[in-house]
Parts: sequence; structure tokens; C-alpha cells
Amino acid sequence: MTRQQFRLAEGGRIDRDRPLSFRFNGRAYQGYAGDTLASALLANGVHLVGRSFKYHRPRGIFSAGAEEPNAIIQLETGTRSQPDLRATQVELYEGLRAKSVNCWPSVRFDLAAINSRLAPLFPAGFYYKTFMWPGRAWHLYEAVIRRMAGLGVAPTGPDPDRYEKTHIHADVLVAGGGPAGLAAALAAARAGARVILADEQSAFGGQLLGNGESVDGKPGAEWAAAAAAELVDLPDATLLPRTTVIGYFDDNYLTLCERVTDHLGPAAPPELPRQRLWKVRARHVVLATGAHERPLVFQGNDRPGVMLASAAQSYVNRYAVRPGRRAVLCANNDSAYRAALDLQEAGVEIAAIADLRPAPDGAGVEAARAQGIEVLPGQAVVATQGGRHLTGVEIAPLSEDGNALAGPSSTEKCDLLCVSGAWNPAVHLFSQSRGKLRYDEGLACFVPGRSVQAERSAGACNGRFALADCLAEGHAAGTAAAAAAGHGDDSGPVPKAEAEPVGAIRAVPCVPSRSGRANKHFLDLQNDVTAADVALAAREGYRSVEHTKRYTTLGMGTDQGKTSNVTGLSVLAAALGRPVPEVGTTTFRPPYTPVTFGTIAGRDVGDLADPARMTPMHHWHVQVGAVFEDVGQWKRPYCYPRQGESKREAVDRECLAVRNAVGILDASTLGKIDIQGPDARKLLNMVYTNAWNKLEVGRCRYGLMLGEDGMIFDDGVTSRLAEDRYLMTTTTGNAARVLEWLEEWLQTEWPDWRVYCTSVTEQFATMTICGPKARDLLAELVDGLDLDPAAFPFMSWRAAAVAGVPARIFKISFTGENSYEINVPANYGMAVWSAIMNAGEKYGITPFGTEAMHVLRAEKGFIMVGQETDGTITPHDLGMDWAVSKTKDFLGKRSLARADTTRAGRKQLVGLLTEAADAVLPEGGQIVSELARKPPMDMIGHVTSSYYSAALGRSIALALIKGGRDRGGETVHVPLLDGSSIAATVTEPRFYDSEGERLRG
Amino acid sequence: MAERYKQQGALAHLHLAARTAEGPEDASVRLIERPFQGQINLRGEIGDEAFRSAVESVAGLSLPETPNSFLEQAGRRALWLGPNEWLIVLADGEETALAEALRAALAGQHASIAEVGHSRTVIGLAGARAREVLRKGCSLDLHPRAFGPGQCAQTLLARADMILLQADDRPTYEINARRSFADYVWRWLEDAAREYGCALVAE
Repeated sequence: MTRQQFRLAEGGRIDRDRPLSFRFNGRAYQGYAGDTLASALLANGVHLVGRSFKYHRPRGIFSAGAEEPNAIIQLETGTRSQPDLRATQVELYEGLRAKSVNCWPSVRFDLAAINSRLAPLFPAGFYYKTFMWPGRAWHLYEAVIRRMAGLGVAPTGPDPDRYEKTHIHADVLVAGGGPAGLAAALAAARAGARVILADEQSAFGGQLLGNGESVDGKPGAEWAAAAAAELVDLPDATLLPRTTVIGYFDDNYLTLCERVTDHLGPAAPPELPRQRLWKVRARHVVLATGAHERPLVFQGNDRPGVMLASAAQSYVNRYAVRPGRRAVLCANNDSAYRAALDLQEAGVEIAAIADLRPAPDGAGVEAARAQGIEVLPGQAVVATQGGRHLTGVEIAPLSEDGNALAGPSSTEKCDLLCVSGAWNPAVHLFSQSRGKLRYDEGLACFVPGRSVQAERSAGACNGRFALADCLAEGHAAGTAAAAAAGHGDDSGPVPKAEAEPVGAIRAVPCVPSRSGRANKHFLDLQNDVTAADVALAAREGYRSVEHTKRYTTLGMGTDQGKTSNVTGLSVLAAALGRPVPEVGTTTFRPPYTPVTFGTIAGRDVGDLADPARMTPMHHWHVQVGAVFEDVGQWKRPYCYPRQGESKREAVDRECLAVRNAVGILDASTLGKIDIQGPDARKLLNMVYTNAWNKLEVGRCRYGLMLGEDGMIFDDGVTSRLAEDRYLMTTTTGNAARVLEWLEEWLQTEWPDWRVYCTSVTEQFATMTICGPKARDLLAELVDGLDLDPAAFPFMSWRAAAVAGVPARIFKISFTGENSYEINVPANYGMAVWSAIMNAGEKYGITPFGTEAMHVLRAEKGFIMVGQETDGTITPHDLGMDWAVSKTKDFLGKRSLARADTTRAGRKQLVGLLTEAADAVLPEGGQIVSELARKPPMDMIGHVTSSYYSAALGRSIALALIKGGRDRGGETVHVPLLDGSSIAATVTEPRFYDSEGERLRG
Repeated sequence: MAERYKQQGALAHLHLAARTAEGPEDASVRLIERPFQGQINLRGEIGDEAFRSAVESVAGLSLPETPNSFLEQAGRRALWLGPNEWLIVLADGEETALAEALRAALAGQHASIAEVGHSRTVIGLAGARAREVLRKGCSLDLHPRAFGPGQCAQTLLARADMILLQADDRPTYEINARRSFADYVWRWLEDAAREYGCALVAE
């Protein structure tokens, strides 16, 4: 284990009493509680943490936050492994294990680094230019390229962790808990608003945690802690540390990702979720997302040891880590000077500050000079030296226009180069909200312009970088947001900080090199996009920033160009000779930082992925070993195999039991709609194709429902319960859709009709007993009900107690056998089912599933919606003209008179009997009248239903065939995938008891 | 009328009564199933005085006109489900008698009375963190400023629909779920409550 040779003896927000062991790339190190993986690595002198995407150049820790392009790591192994995390955001815990991504065999010796030597062969658009022809070979290249280029590796096993999602509403959501965000949250919460304050870090304070500035006379971190404590005590403020606002959508709907236990590692309590996705609906949003320091673009700016100045400052102040021994700073603005002073105080030798500005002044500059730091005005770092780590820099004066060097260069030895190209407001969320960005010439960056949603930006993300301004703007935004949400403006005093004038910056898109080339001037450190690549793209005709992004891959990495977008488009603008705002910026898309799939899935996995709807008798079916099938979300028994029985054998047995004795089916899933009101009959007449005027109370009728296009979309039996009351049944899968269909017409077209529809699908357990013994069985269970067909005819219903439970008995049949559909209140379903099973034992009662039901109805030629119909089938196509009234109006009627629905040659329902009696045609099989050697063949139709019929001892099928009703007796063929085919004869679509004697009982 | 002991609730298979000893005593979330309740879906025009007074005299209940609210009288509740739709919740076994009485009283009027008690089950959810459990699957604003005792809503819990009502400010919620979804809703709730510690309660 190495000692932490770069750790300061005191200071920082780390707990030296809690040392933590961890491993990185196989080596053991130690850090402290409060460290990030990046700060702990730096404390151990480890800068080299990764390789770049294309050239596999060595890359070091570059930032201290979300913008990190280089320190991309794979955390842990096995099913808990997470790829592509930023070491700068991973909190250290005991036993942490991480490794670099994108290097093989190791980060120190990476074979693919040869790519760097071959860099001239990999220009902008290399992939497009090289692998696009021959076109069909891409699949060959792709595998190799992906193996070479991939970053982390996704785990393959099931995720052992829990993830949660939660909804929450707020008057004011504050995104970002730095000085502006804290001031905004305090102001809004004090005014009485419901406030959510989210910050991606473990503690609130943002830059105050790392830069040593003071608020209200207190050290910044102390003020931030007090502000957070006050918010915790307010009843309606919710503080969410370790929570990143990742998406900003319409209607002020935002998503937040909270890392609940990631910082605990394996010690996390198992009942807690690892991460939680917050879905926030906020009346107002205050964006206080801060800013990212902009790098400078110069030759060799990617070498490990080159770091953002503010990051170096954070490492010193927050983590008590010296990121180097001897530092050079290169800046174009004032903010780097504070960093220099803090580094110097921590014992880092400051070799020089090269300031691109010809005459820097201001308080920071003076303070640095007063500390004896050499300031080199009008100069810049123009090259770096070193291999896997920086060893020195070349500094040279710039010409007045910044496009050339104006003198000889000097060399400074150093192991740390801090760069500051001023600041980019983090406008990601503002842009996601569809707010329009505005380019600020003075700050050389994009700032929020016109808002589209109820949102305001405050502080650094609004281009206000001075602490006093951040606090004032945050306070004002919080007050205004609370007031807009209907609260007062009693928001307490504005937090104060010393106002320090900020000097102007000097924007130089690309610091020139001695050679004039810019092929080692890196813009995108992760994707290896250089200023030369962007300039080449411009020369090749790329004008749009979005096209250039895709062509060069600028900003396309896991960091989504947080450090590279603005520098990149400045270079593009310069190359095109157009102003930056005219070139524009690429789209900012959610998420702000990557999110694990587990968080997006939440608990909607496994058993809870989708509801399984269960009938009142479901658990009986489970106990007797039913095999289930999904019908929509319903679980329905498919068949009930006995010991040693195949599914096919079970279905055959169940079918024969119904034909020869009695079977029982759980039909509870059928949709049921209670229709009441004087205009109920009028409604039925309009939604069904047949006439309902003469249906008496106590009788039932079958009906077809058409869409406006004349195509069948549902069918079912509707019974008249009372003078103004009907019970409609629908197919299982269409129950909700039919109710919506009725409501749609009643609410939009016929609002004056006096009729109400209520779903009662689940009020009843429905069990159908059918077969030649059904009547005898029912007789044992009912009292005082005459079951004689003369008294209780087919297509009628009676109210009676079945096994002592009030029931409606419908004498209707889908199997072709005498059949009683018994409806009892659902909580009695199991009791009645058991009573029927007991009483039915001596009749050989057999429970049957959906497959036997399908076979039995197909034997009778009864259609199934969704099987014989597919949204293109009319009643005439199915030969069901008998169910279509010629005299009354109904929905879909006019479409039945269209040329296409009346033409000859439409597909019509027929039966098919295969020449080989036990050959079962595949459902969906295409039908041809003449076989060719191989496809294409002239297809005349398709098989819609096909089964082995145990009752008939042969296979049967229903099919839709062009002009089928005129093809009776013709032989057709169904070609199979293996090249063989099955021959069949066209018949009537009816195979069993075609006179319908059995179902009348 | 059938012997009521023959009834089997939608969650019978979970044997919840046998599990009431589980869970911490100081659980911040408590769950209970109240399986057998009479429920009637009532439709009619509230502006029609004949309708209103017939319902009030027969059911002994005023129908709420404030959207998403309910009124409670003598152990019966009337929930507002729509401008012309209410759910009357009453004791198990009283449902059929009341439905028939309403039918008689409203004969000749444009109204609809449907017994729906068997199509639903009610799950009680109470405790200091009950709201946090609920908001994991319900996108409505359940903050006391927005939703409190006396209010109800037809909405979603995760992937199932529910009629939600808040009975008191402990808070106690009742989740009126469709029977076929009850297994999903219960298991979802128990799983959601896990991080807070959850106790099952016997009636």
C-alpha cells in the first residue's frame, strides 16, 4: 500500500480518522472518508487514469466534477459492476475497486497507443471515409472497431440491487446547491413555498466547498452547512444531496437521479434502494447549475498533469491534496489567480502564470504578484513536454490578433499545468427546457436567453460568476419563484459576500503552435477530436455544427462535450470565418450525466414488470396444475394436463369431455358492460350491426361491432336484463376498448341520449358448463328453475340461485354444446365453482382451458375476433350477412357499401380439410392454388385457425381465401418453410353438428 | 341471500391474516386488506331534484358535488367519481338491498345503479410514511396542502388503476383496486414499503 504522499497534513473536508482502502487497476491505495476516487488517486500521485477513445493517448484527471472527460472508470466487478463512471464523482468507500476503461492490457502500456503514432491516418470522419465501402462489409468492420473503441463493459448478470422511482410536486425546484441555489432555496422556503433543492454532490455549497470564499462573514462551506440545516428544519423543504437533475421536460416536469447508497458500496443496507429516480412536477424552477471551467486549446494540452485551474483549487482546498509539486498556470481571465494563491499556500511551487491578456490587472492579479508569483502577460503555453506525465511546458508571447507567436518561447519545468479559459455556464437544463440560448461576446460563452417554461436561471449558470452576484441573483430568483407560486415575498435577507470586480477575458479559440499545425490541440479529450479535425471538417464543407459534431465525434462521448463543445464551436466558427452565435450550438439532451438502466426501470422488473390479472378461481387452476396463457394482462388456463399428459393430449381429452359429458370453463375474463337507461336499445342498435328492437326481457342476442371503416372489431352476446337495462359482453381483450367506444360516441355524438354504461367485468365470476350432461348437472344445483328447453330456451337467461348463491344463468353456447354461462358475484366464485365440481364428479366434469374452447368453437365454425378477423375483415367476408341489418343504420354501415368492401375477389371465410387427416396446418400459413418450385407464388389467402379435432379424429382449419366461397372442393396448398407443402380441400367453414341441434339442449 | 362466509376475497391466496405478526412494531407503514365491502356505482343528474332527494332519502347519504371528494354519513360513504357518477360504499351485505331500494325509488328516472362491490377490494395504507409509499406509484400531488382527508381520486398506482381516498391525516389512505389487479397492487405496496419497515394489520 502506498502512502498518500500528496496529501496535505491538515485542512480539507476529509476525515483523517477514517482511512479507506481501495484498489485501482489492481494496486492497493489508501484515501480518506470524504475523498472522491479522483482525489484519493491524486493524493497517491496517480494522474494517469485512462486512455483516449481513438488514439489511446494517456489521459489524466482533468477536472473535479461532472464534466470529467478522462477519468472514466469501471467500478467494481460482476453483477454490481458499473461502466463509464467519472472518478471525480465517485465517492470513496472501504474496499472500492475500480479500473480504467479503454486500455488493454493496461493503462500504462496500451497496445492500441500505436494509433497515436498513426494519427495522420485517422482524420476527421475517418470511420465514414474508411468503412463505408463496400457497403455490405460494415458488419465485418463493426465488431473489430467496437472491441477496440468501447469504453466500459456492461454487466451481463441480473442486477442484484433495488432501484426506486418516486413522484413529487413542488412550488419551487432548485437545481444546484451552490451559493445561488442555496440562496434561492432559502428565499423560497422562508416565503412558505414547498421547495426541493437537489445537488449532485454529497454536501451542499458547490464551489464554496472548494474555493475558500466567505459568505455573511463566515467561511463559505460553513455558511452552506448552516443554510442546509435551516432548510432541513423548514417543514416543506426537501433536500436531496447526491441527486443530479438529469432531465427537464415539458410542463416543468423534471427527472432527478439520487444516488442513495452508492457511496456506501457493499455496506449499503439491503432494504434501501441503490438509486432513486425522482419525477418532479414543479410550478417554478430555479436553475442554479453553476458553470464549468473552459479549457484552453494548445499543443499537447491533453497530457496527464494538465488540469483545470478550478479543479486544482478544489483538490487543494476541499480534499487537501496537492495535485503537483511545481505548477504553471495558463489563463485568459482572473479566476485562475485565486487558484494559484491557494495552490501556493498549500505548498505547490508556482513557476509562472502565463496570461493571454496583454495587461492583466485586478485584485487577483495584484495579490498573486504580491506573493511573488511571476505573471507573464500576453503569453501562453504553446506546447507541453513529457510522456505519461507532464514534465514541462513551453511558453511564448502571442501576436496581437492571437493567431501567431510573437517571440521566442521559454521552457518551464513543472508537473502540473492549470488551465483556465474562463467559464461556460451549465446551460444544459435551460436548453433542455427549450429555452433559447444567447451568446455573450464579453464572456465568450452561451448564456440563457429567452425562457420558454416557468423557470429562471441564477448565478454562474446565468453568466454571473462573482459570488456576491450569485447570492443576490439566487435570492431574487427564489423570492420571485415563491411569489409566482402564490406565496409572499417575506424571504429573509440577501446573503452577502465581498464584491470583487471581475476583469475582462481574452478569448483565443486556438493558441497557435510553433509549427502552425493544430493536430495535437485537443478539443474533445475523450474522443480525440483536435482543432485540426474541426478545421478539416470545415474545409470539407461542413457548415452545420450538428453535422460537424457527428462527422468529427466532437462532444459525443460519455461526457457529452461538457468541456469541449464551446471550444469546439469557437474553432469551427473561426475556421468558417463566421461569428460564434451564427454557427450556434449543438442540442443539449437529457440526461445531464449518464444514468443506469436500473434506475430507469425502478421496481418495474420481475413479477412487478406488468400486472398479472387473476380471476376469482385463479388459484384453483394453479393448484390443479393448469398451464396458463396470457390474454392481454389476464392469466387464463390454456389446458389442464394430468400427470404424464402432453398439452395436446390434455386438449384432446378436454374437447371429448365437453362433446361426450360435461366440461367447465372459467370465462370470468369476458368483458361485461351494464347498460342502463331509456336509450339503451338505441345505443345497441347503433353499435351492433343487427337489430335489437324485438329482444325481450330475459332473452340474449349475438352481435357484431364494426369500426367506422366497416371492419369487425368485436363481437359478443348482449342480454336484456330489464325494460331499460342490458348486459353486454365483449371479448376478453377488448373489454376496455369497447367501453371507451361506447363512451366516445355517447359523449361526443349523442350526449343527449339517456343511457349510462358501467363496467362490471370483475363483479362476476363466470363459469360455463357445457356438454350433453350440463343440464343434469345444473339441475342438481338450482332450485325451482325449469331447465326444459321449452321453459329455458337457447339464447335466454334466468335469475336463480346456484349452490345457494344468487346467479344469472345465460343459456348461450360457444362450443356448440348445450351450455350454461353462470355469473355469480365474484367473491362467491370459488364457492360455486367448488360446488359445481363436487356435483359434477359423477358426470365426469372436466375443466377445460382456452385451447379446447378454441378447438370446439372452430369445429362449429364460430369466429374468434382477432383470429378470423384482423381489422380488414367485414361481416360479409365471414359469411355473416345474417347478422347485418339491411334496414337500420349502424356504425360502419356506409363503409360496407364502399367499392372495396363490395368488390368480388375479397378474402372469404372457408374451411380447409387437409388431405392427410392428421396434418395440422400452421396458423398464418399462406395458401396458394398452384405450387411453384420456390417463392414467390401467387398467394390467395391464409390459414386463420387450425387444430386437431379429437371429436372428428382429424385436423380442421379455417381460412380466408380470395373468392373462397366459390372454391368449394378445390385443392389448395400451404407451402412450409422447409420446402414441403400440405394439400387441403376447401369446404364450408363448419365441421361439427352443422344443423346446430346439440346447442339447443 | 347467500351465506356470506362462503365469500373469498381477492387476496385470500396470500394468507395475510397469518402474517400479522411480521414486521416491526414501530412500523411507519401499515397495510391491511378490507376485502368485503358493499359498493354501488350510481349515475344520474345531480341537478334533477327528484334524483337527488330519492338518493338522499333511500341511501341516507348526500351526494358530494365537489370533484374528487367524498361524504361520510352513518358508516356509508359517497365518493364523487364524475359530474354524474358516484360510488356508494357501505357494509357488506347491504349492497343488494340498497341497490333494489334505489332502483325502486328511481324507477322511471334516468339513472343507473350497478352493484360493484365484488369487482373491487380495498387496501388500507396508513402510517407516518404511507404517503411516501403511495407517491412511488401515484403521480398526483399528495402533499397535505393538495390532498387531504375527505378527498378521493381515480388515478393509477404503478400499472393498475385505483380509486384513492384519504380517510384521516395520520395519514390513512384507502386504495380501492380492481379485483383482478389486487394481487399486483398488494405485492407492489408491500415491496414499496420495504425500505421503511412495513407491518400487516388484522382488521
